[in-house]
Amino acid sequence: MSAVPIIAAPHVHAGTSVRRSMILVMLALVPATAWGITQYGWPAVNLLLVTVGAAVVAEAFSLRAAGQTVRPGLGDGSALLTGWLLAMTLPPWSPWWIGVLGAVFAIVVSKHVFGGLGQNLFNPAMVGRVVLLVAFPLEMTTWVAPHVVFQPASPSFVESLSITFQSALDTDAISGATALGHERGPPAVSEGQNEPSAGKFDVREALLGEQYGSLGEGSAALLAAGGLLLLLTGVVRWPIPVAMLGSVALVATLFHALEPARYGDAVFHLLSGGLVLGALFIATDPVTSPVTRTGQLVFGAGCGLLTYTIRTWGGYPEGVAFAVLLMNAVTPIIDYYIRPRVFGRTLSGISLKLPDEKPAAPAKPWGTNVPRGSRP
Amino acid sequence: MRIVHVRGGVRLNGRKRRAERGRITSLPIPAYLNVPLKQHIGAPAEPVVRVGEHVLKGQLLGRPPGPMSAPVHAPTSGRVIAIGAAPAPHPSGLDTPTITVQSDGEEQWIELAPPIDPLALDAAAIEERIADAGVVGLGGAAFPAAVKLRLRTRHPIHTLIVNGAECEPYLTCDDRLMQERAEEIIDGVRIMLRALEQDRSGPSIRALIAIENNKGDALAALKKAASAHPGIATIAVPTRYPMGSEKHLIRAVTGKEVPARALAPEIGVLVHNVGTAFAIHRALRFGKPLISRIVTLSGGAVASPQNFEVLIGTPVSALLRAAGGLRQPPARLLMGGPMMGAMLPHAEVPIVKGTSGILALTSAEIAARPAAPCIRCGTCVAVCPCGLVPVEMVSQIRGGRLEGALRFGLLDCVGCGTCAYSCPSRIPLLQYLNFAKGELTARERTKHKAEEARRLAERRRLRLAQQAEARAATATARPRQQHRHPEGSEATGAPDRTTNPQVAA
Ligand code: SF4
Ligand code: SF4
Repeated sequence: MSAVPIIAAPHVHAGTSVRRSMILVMLALVPATAWGITQYGWPAVNLLLVTVGAAVVAEAFSLRAAGQTVRPGLGDGSALLTGWLLAMTLPPWSPWWIGVLGAVFAIVVSKHVFGGLGQNLFNPAMVGRVVLLVAFPLEMTTWVAPHVVFQPASPSFVESLSITFQSALDTDAISGATALGHERGPPAVSEGQNEPSAGKFDVREALLGEQYGSLGEGSAALLAAGGLLLLLTGVVRWPIPVAMLGSVALVATLFHALEPARYGDAVFHLLSGGLVLGALFIATDPVTSPVTRTGQLVFGAGCGLLTYTIRTWGGYPEGVAFAVLLMNAVTPIIDYYIRPRVFGRTLSGISLKLPDEKPAAPAKPWGTNVPRGSRP
Repeated sequence: MRIVHVRGGVRLNGRKRRAERGRITSLPIPAYLNVPLKQHIGAPAEPVVRVGEHVLKGQLLGRPPGPMSAPVHAPTSGRVIAIGAAPAPHPSGLDTPTITVQSDGEEQWIELAPPIDPLALDAAAIEERIADAGVVGLGGAAFPAAVKLRLRTRHPIHTLIVNGAECEPYLTCDDRLMQERAEEIIDGVRIMLRALEQDRSGPSIRALIAIENNKGDALAALKKAASAHPGIATIAVPTRYPMGSEKHLIRAVTGKEVPARALAPEIGVLVHNVGTAFAIHRALRFGKPLISRIVTLSGGAVASPQNFEVLIGTPVSALLRAAGGLRQPPARLLMGGPMMGAMLPHAEVPIVKGTSGILALTSAEIAARPAAPCIRCGTCVAVCPCGLVPVEMVSQIRGGRLEGALRFGLLDCVGCGTCAYSCPSRIPLLQYLNFAKGELTARERTKHKAEEARRLAERRRLRLAQQAEARAATATARPRQQHRHPEGSEATGAPDRTTNPQVAA
């Protein structure tokens, strides 16, 4: 259709924008990121900057290649956020090329090949992460113990440069398993309950982020606080986080009750790994999640159940990324089948009955055989 | 009374403060008035005056050609200086048949019918007077009020809802009217109840005056005025757009949901605007036709926002001038509210019966920005009060698949604009939806025309076939006739000529 020259109603606007949403999400990430940096020191800063920078450059490059103007596309902040989220899921002392490769994959392959902002089927940050995990399993599972920054033991800025840019990390000395990786080891937990070792789960440490893991697996409390900000500002709606966290809590409680020695309880699962980050910041990516509330509940529950399944019985210690990507793949199907009830109609789209009406002749409900179109 | 939650909707920044304080003021009589012959849903009125004729205030200018129409009257006394096309208060700025009256400044009323007690009239008489006064729905849709009331004969009505929600930002005309003329509104409601109760022997009809809870003074005024009448109650509804939408107001107030494609009266509910109730009061108590209405003049570009009682046909420019002018050139001039109102091409269009407000908005108020790609955030889905999926409908429309949009419920959309208002990517969703609806109407019309043509062609074909048959019959009859009356062949040939297809066609 051609553009209508007359400006149609409404003539006022809520004032929201994609840019505003992205900025708020980044604001919500700041506390957890800052805390993570104090835990992992300068190498974490380097990795964050490199990843974000690579994402922005890749975005600019892709926009240019697609023949679009670079400015508004970059200005919405979506590439910056993708880079940031990706960096949050990487081992903080990873070498620079891990961040760059992941970012380029996320932006170029999983976003712009699909057509750019709003067109991608899969969450770019998670695509970046999964590609790295599959291609570089060693680098992606080398975790360092928290080195509180500005402590004698933590690397100085100059040392950090060599860690990030020359891969000068003495892996054996400082690496360990994350709590989830540990849990997935031989089922029998051999160590004593109070032994302070790498990979042990401790609620306080998990809440604060004083444990092995990525930046995003850090402080669950700070991530939750950021998530609260997003919920209050309406940037994120409640169904996905509630369904995702709720479903994990539910199945974890169930299995823990059946066999406590083998299965971690709800608290362990909720606070471990990237679940909080995933439920609040990643699964809630608008582009790759369903548009209806019921659809979002289904999506969130699916993410939660898949995360638990992969963590518990799958081949990888952490399942959030895979779970989100799998649910991304079924989002078109969810959006196809799940629609809200239309005012004045039944859920199946048939007009409600008038008070004195005989049972209506089965009207043909709308909504059948409609291909899922592209975004307007 | 319990208010039922209605899905979706948004809380808007009301921006009503600037215009809501001052009392309603009358506008000086403008030099000329442009009275369009079609200011309502239905057929345009037919002029009954001639150019050059002197008319009195309240005199009939245009007569409705059928039941689904409304008359128009002279807003003031003066001379008819033109009957023809003049710019319509519509974004297109296209012309519409209009009668132009040059005012003589005398304000000389036509002789009004002697006052009678409307509550003693029967329903048909009340409706007739409402129709004759040219009263239409003043909430914006301008549906002839009498036609709506007459629906009682087809559907038993149990509830009359008087809509004082006024959920559009900026607009305060109903608010002021309720505060200043509560008694008159209640009288109008009683007259309507009288008409509705007429042929009901069962329980009496209740009237509920629904007002958004941000209008405390209006609520109090109407509550006081209604207190003497047990059948009339006021009810505060949440301030949430689009509360004033007929079907959604019914849902909130009665808990009943009007089925899709059905009309409110079919479930026993009738909705009239408070302004309509006031116009009915005037028409019945004083015999005065609808020749003026309350109009909110507001917006950031207006020097002193206020409510005016304006004669129908007053040019918008005259209203702006009388109100002290603009303090800056407006970025957009609107008729109606900012959510559903229409952009005006210029200020030389008349105020009509459906004009609730004239808004001169600054660019800061509009805060227009170019559309960005859809991020499928689902905000439009969450806020749609009709439970639709605007994002899918619009992607169908953009792809040229109107049928797809239809199957997604295009016709269930009430056009409230909540989706477009909330879209973070600023996609003009309502513009697409309205475009598609217009396109469908146009297609229906072409289809209708094509069907009509096909029907005519079919009729012609049948006629020809019949004629051919008749000819064949006469032809076979002829030999026999010839056989019997060999000399009568000429007479039998005659019918052939009169039914000659060329002649008949
Ligand atoms: S609100 Fe706008 S951006 Fe969000 S899904 Fe609807 S059309 Fe797309
Ligand atoms: S304009 Fe239509 S689709 Fe948009 S919110 Fe209103 S009813 Fe829903």
